[in-house]
Amino acid sequence: MNPTDLIDADSLRDDVPDFAPGDTVKVHVRVLEGNRERIQVFQGAVIRRQGSGLRETFTVRKVSFGVGVERTFPVHSPVIAEIEPVTRGDVRRAKLYYLRDRVGKAAKIKERR
Amino acid sequence: MSAGAIVGEKMGMTQLWDAEQRALAVTAVRVRPVRIVGLRTPERDGYSGLRVTYGTRRARTLNKPDAGQFTAAGVEPGVRIVELRVDDAGSFQVGDELGVDVFDVGQRVDVTAISKGKGFAGGMKRHNFKGQGGGHGNHKKHRAPGSIGACATPARVFKGTRMAGQLGNVRVTTLNLEVVQADPERELLLVRGAIPGPRGGLVLIRDAVKGGVRA
Repeated sequence: MNPTDLIDADSLRDDVPDFAPGDTVKVHVRVLEGNRERIQVFQGAVIRRQGSGLRETFTVRKVSFGVGVERTFPVHSPVIAEIEPVTRGDVRRAKLYYLRDRVGKAAKIKERR
Repeated sequence: MSAGAIVGEKMGMTQLWDAEQRALAVTAVRVRPVRIVGLRTPERDGYSGLRVTYGTRRARTLNKPDAGQFTAAGVEPGVRIVELRVDDAGSFQVGDELGVDVFDVGQRVDVTAISKGKGFAGGMKRHNFKGQGGGHGNHKKHRAPGSIGACATPARVFKGTRMAGQLGNVRVTTLNLEVVQADPERELLLVRGAIPGPRGGLVLIRDAVKGGVRA
């Protein structure tokens, strides 16, 4: 245990659901427009989780109008209103970078039953 | 009663979420309450300061000069005695206790510590020299500094020319750091940004001497 872990405890979220690479998630992101706040949903496949503790981040990939879009969020970021798991994926590796080279049906992740 | 100075131990760095929900890099310093062991006054010593101690230490591990100071002050022995410079030592009493609450959140402070020693370092590490190329016939001179001056005039190397030498392990002050959190209950001070020295190293924190534009 690091001496700074106790400080980090204040900044950690306790509502992070259990999700792993391969899962499809909806990330509800707080977006500030002027002084109005609204929620924007970013849905896609989790292609990596990286780091640990307060610094842990995850990357969600989706294909939008034929263009691959990846967004990386800190797991404990207050920008995220909610992380909503949609499906569990059946994958064999922790980092799904191979999806970037695939399009269409080949880029599909099998659902875990 | 504002001392505007205190002593602590560096705990390490971490991050917080700021008001705009961005990550804010902070350094944590453990600041235990300090007890005043002695005063330095302009009349007697030529400057104004406090001699303070913190933590606890078994009495039999003290040497006689230190033990004598603690006995004379009637203060429980601490880890070490540190001097803090203050504007007016006259407003303090021997035996008083000070905590992190001498600082307010948002104020600017200067942090002084002994930087991490890097030993005898070459020009590339010490002064960010470029070094030399890897190829084109260069032989065993890849990290050498290159020229250090001209030839028959001046026929010497100028004083202060940057060369290899001891890097680090010197007293360094980082100016104008913002206090993010000062929590006497957890004996904790968080300042924005990095401070010199290793984790567990002694740090002196005091009010910023330069105003700073953002202050």
